[in-house]
Amino acid sequence: MDGAAPRHVGGPRSFVARLRDGDEVAHLITLVFAAVILLITSMLVYELWVSSHLSRAQFGWNFLWTQTWDPIFDHYGAAPFIYGTLVTSIVSLIIAVPLGLAAAVYLAELAPRNMSDSIAFLIDLLAAVPSVIYGLLGIFVVVPVVRTTIGPMLINTVGNVPVIGRLFKGPNYGVGFLTASIVLAIMIVPFIISVSREVLLTVPREQREAALAMGATRWEATWKVVVPWARTGIMGSIFLALARALGETMAVTMVIGNDPKIRESLFASGYTIAAVIANEFTEATGDLYLSALIELGLVLFLMTFILNGLARILIVATERGGGRPS
Amino acid sequence: MSRIRLIWRKSLNVVMLTLTGVCAFAVVSVLFLILGYFVIHGGSSLNWDFFTKLPKPVGETGGGMANAILGSLKLLLLAGLMGLPVGLMAGVYLAEFGGKTFSFVIRYTTDLLNGVPSIVIGLFAYSIAVLPVKHFSTVAGGVALGIMVIPITVRATEEFLRAVPGALREGAMALGASKWRTIATVVLPAASGGIITGMLLSLARVAGETAPLLFTAFGNRFWSPGWSQPTAALPEMIYRYAISPYEDWNRQAWAAGLVLLGLVLLANLVCRFVLHRRGFSRSV
Repeated sequence: MDGAAPRHVGGPRSFVARLRDGDEVAHLITLVFAAVILLITSMLVYELWVSSHLSRAQFGWNFLWTQTWDPIFDHYGAAPFIYGTLVTSIVSLIIAVPLGLAAAVYLAELAPRNMSDSIAFLIDLLAAVPSVIYGLLGIFVVVPVVRTTIGPMLINTVGNVPVIGRLFKGPNYGVGFLTASIVLAIMIVPFIISVSREVLLTVPREQREAALAMGATRWEATWKVVVPWARTGIMGSIFLALARALGETMAVTMVIGNDPKIRESLFASGYTIAAVIANEFTEATGDLYLSALIELGLVLFLMTFILNGLARILIVATERGGGRPS
Repeated sequence: MSRIRLIWRKSLNVVMLTLTGVCAFAVVSVLFLILGYFVIHGGSSLNWDFFTKLPKPVGETGGGMANAILGSLKLLLLAGLMGLPVGLMAGVYLAEFGGKTFSFVIRYTTDLLNGVPSIVIGLFAYSIAVLPVKHFSTVAGGVALGIMVIPITVRATEEFLRAVPGALREGAMALGASKWRTIATVVLPAASGGIITGMLLSLARVAGETAPLLFTAFGNRFWSPGWSQPTAALPEMIYRYAISPYEDWNRQAWAAGLVLLGLVLLANLVCRFVLHRRGFSRSV
């Protein structure tokens, strides 16, 4: 410490002293790395925006609701893909939310803590299974089951109901919206369960005890007190799951049938945004074609961006405010 | 009347509670179903050739995926080299240095990046690593996976650093260590177990990614020497073999699926077990 100023005796140290300690340098270096994340993300948005320029200039907003997708005549519209993405995601939520919520309620409210933890552990493992594995199972297990069992069953039962029945009409080849939704549902259930379970576990004990003391049954205490208390966080978990479902690529590509048409029947083949990019991007000839595919990527990015933002806000709101029902 | 209502409420209670249990066990059983399917279908077609041979030309049976296994390893190495340092340092920044506003922005951006669909990451990697050089390459695949590694590593690092007790820091500071020495020699080593498991988990996650590789690493039926040529990867081969009409390829897809699933689950099992013992019930 040859003749350096005495270290930090009251008062702020000079910049040079701090520099010598290395604090400022370390701060700066880590800051630069943190800024890299910012850079990557903004570059991502910028690249998607710039590379989709041709398509945006050519089709404008019409891109979003045009139904033709015709690489031969260079005419592109995103409607069939947006439709497919939304339908598969929503149907998968219809399957996954009740299942996941019920399982989360069981794990948080009923199961002994040890068992609940072990099951949650297995469910985290389930969430780690790569999507191409789900796709493989989709092709060789879910598709045949939908063709021979689930499909005919639905046609014979719900198919006869006046309005909803229209969703279950037409030929059933096994591949299509329904199969994709089932595979997606299996993929997102673990996320709904593990986030909802966490949220449910944060509900104060007193809430349950008060309800039970009033003579409520266990189920009533759970359903009318605990779940409403946690509902904001549960909504957050659902949004997160939805964002994942929207962006899921491989598993859906393998079972949806890959046909850019808007069809009413859930048994029909369709297409999603992620799937069309995966299938056609390397084969796309012509700048406009590529540009249209990238614009689809931009649309997908924005959809997940908005959902993720909403989900975060909801989850943070629950954690802060205890999710008190308003 | 009230008696009937009580019976109704009690039976509803039993029915609904049973149902929730059934749902929980149904979801867990999916994991065992998946494992069972892959062990049965994949196990029977897994042989030594799978690990040592190149894929056979279309129409011939047999062959293996040695190139895809090596390709996956190379991609993971690149992803680790590019993504882990960025994630680690950014995590250190957030936990130790960050100011309020900028930290919020970084955290938010990290979450956003984490939520970007992998196919979109693929598009981005294509435009920055494939377009400029005009050919698919191992490096481009590594870039795509490397970007995906970052957000998970950031989160794990930040969380484990924050979990280090304040007393440790104060002890080091009291001995006269500067802030960065405290971090480098006391805080980081104390959190290293958790951080390393977090990093492994992030690699395990991208190891199974297919979508971002389709137009970056692209795939290859031969060995891929060096880093600038297209390369095969295990998940990408599973995809191509699964959608192919050849029975022998489907068989090999199952075998490759078993290998990938086994590795990913094993990595997760070990990491989560370690984390659990350290008192982190769940984090990444």
